[in-house]
Amino acid sequence: MPAEALIIAVKVVLALTWTLLLALFLTWVERKESAVLQDRIGANRASILGLRLFGLFQPFADAIKMLFKEDFAPSFAQRTLHWLAPAFSFFFVAVTMIAVPFGDDVHLLGRTIPLQVVDLNAAVLFVLAMLSLGVYGILVSGWASSNRFALVGSLRGAAQLVSYEAALGLSLVGLIMVFPSLSLSRIVEFQGGRLLGILPRWGIFLQPLGFVVFYLAGLAGTKRVPFDLPEGESEIIGFYTEYGGLKFGLFMFTDFLEVIVLAALSTTLFFGGWQVPWLGDTGFAFPWGRAVPVAPWGVTVLRVLSFNLKVLFFCWLQILTRWTYPRFRYDQVMDLGWKLLVPFGVVNVLATGLVLAVR
Amino acid sequence: MKSWTVAAEIVRGSAITMRHFFVNMAFHTLRLFGIKTRRQGAVTIQYPEVRKELSSRHRSLHRLRPRADGRSSCVSCMLCVTVCPSECITVEAAEDPDPEIQKAPVRFEVDLGRCCFCGFCVEACPVDAIRMDTGEIRLASASRVALKTRLDKT
Repeated sequence: MPAEALIIAVKVVLALTWTLLLALFLTWVERKESAVLQDRIGANRASILGLRLFGLFQPFADAIKMLFKEDFAPSFAQRTLHWLAPAFSFFFVAVTMIAVPFGDDVHLLGRTIPLQVVDLNAAVLFVLAMLSLGVYGILVSGWASSNRFALVGSLRGAAQLVSYEAALGLSLVGLIMVFPSLSLSRIVEFQGGRLLGILPRWGIFLQPLGFVVFYLAGLAGTKRVPFDLPEGESEIIGFYTEYGGLKFGLFMFTDFLEVIVLAALSTTLFFGGWQVPWLGDTGFAFPWGRAVPVAPWGVTVLRVLSFNLKVLFFCWLQILTRWTYPRFRYDQVMDLGWKLLVPFGVVNVLATGLVLAVR
Repeated sequence: MKSWTVAAEIVRGSAITMRHFFVNMAFHTLRLFGIKTRRQGAVTIQYPEVRKELSSRHRSLHRLRPRADGRSSCVSCMLCVTVCPSECITVEAAEDPDPEIQKAPVRFEVDLGRCCFCGFCVEACPVDAIRMDTGEIRLASASRVALKTRLDKT
């Protein structure tokens, strides 16, 4: 029993470290990627003893700057809630990472350790529930700030998140019909086979419409440009009007965590999670008949690597999206959510049901 | 019909940013490995280390053109002081040791905090003594007093 507890503790620490480190360096990736696609260079001056390393130390410089800022709360704010709001935001997003499988089972010292913190049998519901609880961080921050701009921003955020929650849920119904499980590890296992003999049996090939709806709804859920109405830097400063220093930093960090969570969920649900195309437990079996055996540890490494690469790709894609499109107007956001994504989600469910019934 | 145009434009937009990303990334990578390319990955000029060449007409910090013997060629005629719209030039005149020359400045001061770099002083000078062609554009200072620049002493 103590060994089990130790394993869980180690996995929690590893998953949290992975997520936080990725979020930290995603700020660097965001700066650099936006710079490169705008023909700029980007932050490259932060250095340690003259070692610049493409500005990789920039996140630490940012963190130090935020640490040394005054921890300010306006006198008219409700202090306790003002304190709690960033923590709410951060917690509910960070906690979703425990349900994501990072890799296959590892056999170590006679034990079988799944590379997943907790294998919840209703992980999809858990993730959706936690992401919708994230609304409380926004609502509480706006309410506690006692500031009209903050309140407008938080109400916008709440309305947007609740609207897209519907599309997000609907887009996953079709997927759950195809892979009949709510457990993320089971869903990933289902995606191991082959489709039509060639394609890997990933969710994207079975549920293309579902993926588009899921991805767009997820993008809206991250509250970043083009869906950054709750923030709206140029008009209302949004729900973090009254926040500064580390508390604001926590909100910003939550944004990046949401990017990672969406990337991890897209990977897990639609892009085969840790599955490598055509890689079985013993090695590659290519569709043209060749087979390359791979050692068990090699399979594990390849699978973890595959998961990480896919997550990085989706982070990259989201940052590209964020730096390409201008912000939607508020009615356009609502139209996209209710008049496009929700109907498409319903059509997807019906079409999936029809195909499954006919087959 | 309209929604199809919108969808096409959305794809086109990300195609443009993606093209910029990959093209620039390719040039950055080539240069990282020491392969010289005609084009750079970015248009950024890394300012303090790399300078953009100033235009030959650029008006930068003033200077007094020296004579052959090294003394400034200013004759303290006060035309620049008169024409200056910002009233930033102060000239104290004194007798020049050379009998051929009437006067020479003992103090020629430009208050850079007031100067608007219009170049009227350069235009007005009858002996072409003051010029604004030093190419020095980093003129910031921590105090107003330090902005008062003596041109007769360098």
